Amino acid sequence: MDNHKFPDMKKIGWLLFFTVVALVLIPIACKKSITDKTANIPALVSGNPDLNAGTWKPVLLFRADTFPVATPAATNTPGYIADLNEIKGYQHNLTSDQKEKIKYWAAGGVLRWNEIMRELVAKYNLPPYQNADGTYPIPSAANPFAYPLFPFANPPYAARAYAYISAAQYDALVSCWFYKTKYNRAAPYKVDSSVQAIGINKSDLPAYPSEAAVLAGVTVEMMKLFFPDEIANIQQKLQEQELAAIISGTAARSDISAGEALGRQVAQQFVARGRTDNAGKAVGTPADWANFETAAIAKGEIPWLSLELPKRNPMLPFFGNVKPFLFDSLTAVSLLPAPPPSTHSDQMKKETDEVYNYIKNPDRNQIKIVQFWADGVGTYTPPGHWDAIAAEDFIKMNLSEVRWARNMALLNMALMDAAIICWKTKYYYFNPRPTQMNPSIKTLTGLPNFPSYISGHSTFSGAAAELLSFLVPENAAKYQAMAKEASLSRIIGGLHYPSDCSVGLEVGKNVGDYAVQRAQADGGN
Amino acid sequence: MITENKHTYLSPKSNKSFSTIKLTEMHTCKWILWSMLSPLFLLMCYQSHAQVENDGVMMKKKQWCNGATYMYSGWDHYWEGKLNRDNQNIGRFTSQSVVYMTNYGITDNLNVLASLPYVWTNMTAGTLHGLHGFQDVSLAVKWKPLSFAVANGKLSLFAVGGFSTPVTNYVIDFLPLSIGLGSTNLSGRITADYQHGIFYATASGAYVWRSNVKLDRTSYYDTQLHLTNEVKMPDMINFNLNIGIRKKYLVAEALLENMTTLGGFDIRRNDGPFVSNKMNSTYVGVHVKYTLPFFTHIELVGGGSYTIAGRNAGQAIMFHAGAYYIFKL
Repeated sequence: MDNHKFPDMKKIGWLLFFTVVALVLIPIACKKSITDKTANIPALVSGNPDLNAGTWKPVLLFRADTFPVATPAATNTPGYIADLNEIKGYQHNLTSDQKEKIKYWAAGGVLRWNEIMRELVAKYNLPPYQNADGTYPIPSAANPFAYPLFPFANPPYAARAYAYISAAQYDALVSCWFYKTKYNRAAPYKVDSSVQAIGINKSDLPAYPSEAAVLAGVTVEMMKLFFPDEIANIQQKLQEQELAAIISGTAARSDISAGEALGRQVAQQFVARGRTDNAGKAVGTPADWANFETAAIAKGEIPWLSLELPKRNPMLPFFGNVKPFLFDSLTAVSLLPAPPPSTHSDQMKKETDEVYNYIKNPDRNQIKIVQFWADGVGTYTPPGHWDAIAAEDFIKMNLSEVRWARNMALLNMALMDAAIICWKTKYYYFNPRPTQMNPSIKTLTGLPNFPSYISGHSTFSGAAAELLSFLVPENAAKYQAMAKEASLSRIIGGLHYPSDCSVGLEVGKNVGDYAVQRAQADGGN
Repeated sequence: MITENKHTYLSPKSNKSFSTIKLTEMHTCKWILWSMLSPLFLLMCYQSHAQVENDGVMMKKKQWCNGATYMYSGWDHYWEGKLNRDNQNIGRFTSQSVVYMTNYGITDNLNVLASLPYVWTNMTAGTLHGLHGFQDVSLAVKWKPLSFAVANGKLSLFAVGGFSTPVTNYVIDFLPLSIGLGSTNLSGRITADYQHGIFYATASGAYVWRSNVKLDRTSYYDTQLHLTNEVKMPDMINFNLNIGIRKKYLVAEALLENMTTLGGFDIRRNDGPFVSNKMNSTYVGVHVKYTLPFFTHIELVGGGSYTIAGRNAGQAIMFHAGAYYIFKL
């Protein structure tokens, strides 16, 4: 025994040595930094700069030149020479932060703004906490900074935000391309050989007005409508994007000012539409919510009940009345599916049992599929997930900015209109969730607070896969398989009956076809 | 000072040889209790930390301890960030586990330890599915380099190196029902134990390095959107103070323990928990170990604790009970 020994200096030495080794070496050996998938993608290379995009069909603008853009100054005028000197000044003292910003934005403005949107949706996708009396506060655009923060960026809200912002970006870039080819003023690095092209790929695309500034301007204006708490942060992104375009030698100050003004003007058309598209009436009142229940009972069906505690008001029950982008309201009615199996039918019982059998003893692969597609609270929602899937493929395709915008607009309009038809169906039938029919059905992700029929994930995925299969035919099989898996994830996660999902995929596909029809006719095909 | 109580008993397998075990050296089995308890407070559940080997005793050379402990942790309030709240969609969260542990004395001053829990989680309200499965295997080496007389007592110093890693690919993104956090951990611990008569005090501190973890999805939001499935896990530190008595057959102590996450972020209002949250907790408790006087191969342990402060953690009440058998090889 060593009970009575005095401290042994050698052992103390070893003890210290091991401590220091552990504290120093372990963190060094095991680096923890993580990298976003798109952090290091290269600068955009347009295989085809789409110089005819000024003739493409806008979504809302009556014409590509609805908003005038003044003739630019000639490149030998004092004003433009001052612009060039500004660029040279920046390039002379380039900082590493500026280089990083150039690298970030050079990957593509539509991509980066889409990522920023997805971030904001994830940030604001939180259901409000209940009031003391068991009711729930409704976020208010009039008072966005008070709790609950505005908006609650749930799937329909998100689908609409993505669609409006993407469609506005598309229209703004169509207009931008119109003026680019009309005025044909070259990029600063082409005008003056002492201006370098830094961190970007040179192209023959005219610089006036700057597409970066058009995108920044249109997006900032749209964000005011959808994410009013974020105006200050978004404004900062605008400045970053515009400065990156200047420092990289892509755009002169005058290219930027003309572009930003054009973008902001185009946005106003979309903002005006957004204020009158019925989304503001989507929440409804307690009397409205009770009516859904009464109507279902009158039809002899078991009505949907919120399974949250306290019972939460159903999510945006009148979102089905929002004005679609791809078709009129009569067409919307024609897209509604036939009724689900009656809540008292054998078929319903059979499907409930089927869900229960899936969920009883979930295996790891099943949980993985459910988690992969969950896209619930605190995420960018299923529409954002499909944007991410699409973006990953678009990155590899060397698209021009305007084609990026077209593809994203088509995709997000399809997703928003899918949300509209899906929500219309959900509240028309007001069908209970599997867990309501059999409380022993426990779910592998959060149970959404709205009726079951039809599955939102399935409708979104059916629409997205249909449109993406048209835009990127070589990936059609992949998109269809992903849509099927997304749809299946809701059955094996305990959230939906099989018929919710099969019908949802079908309805989604039908909505997607309207986006395909538009794509075939917009001049960009 | 430790009295070297000698107790003679009949070997269970043979009546021809008598073994002698120094009772005071048998406390080591309880190490596993702390290794399980420490993370119990975490919002999600508990996770085995091999490193949390924080008592002041060792297995003697060629002693081999084996056994199992049942552990329960339950809460109906938790801290969402710093806000203490309940959640009607959770009701009462419970996490139960059975932990196998083993501890072998290579020498009197060098022990190796291992443990493996099987965990069940459940909520009494809401719709979410409970999970169960084998969690993380923990391995640790415990070394007592120093032991010397100080002020009429005995002061011992210990160093422990630990490693733990999941043995199954359990889902980590379904908190609080996930059975663990999925990181592979390395830890270093220093412990000081002072004994005076039957009274003792043990103080211990550890640093836990945690590997990054991977989710089943391709992006997540913590305080910003990450376009990757990989999550950076903040490291943790752990401190504990135990004060009690060590007698011939009985060890009883009161404990105070804290775990602090070095980094991480708070759960936002009405959001769910996430693997890389700042999970902190402080709890107090008692622990008792009793050695059967008539058959000293067997130790029985039990105890309980209560979380008195926390952040992104459940306000858990915990108890445990276990039995261990000590072989002398």
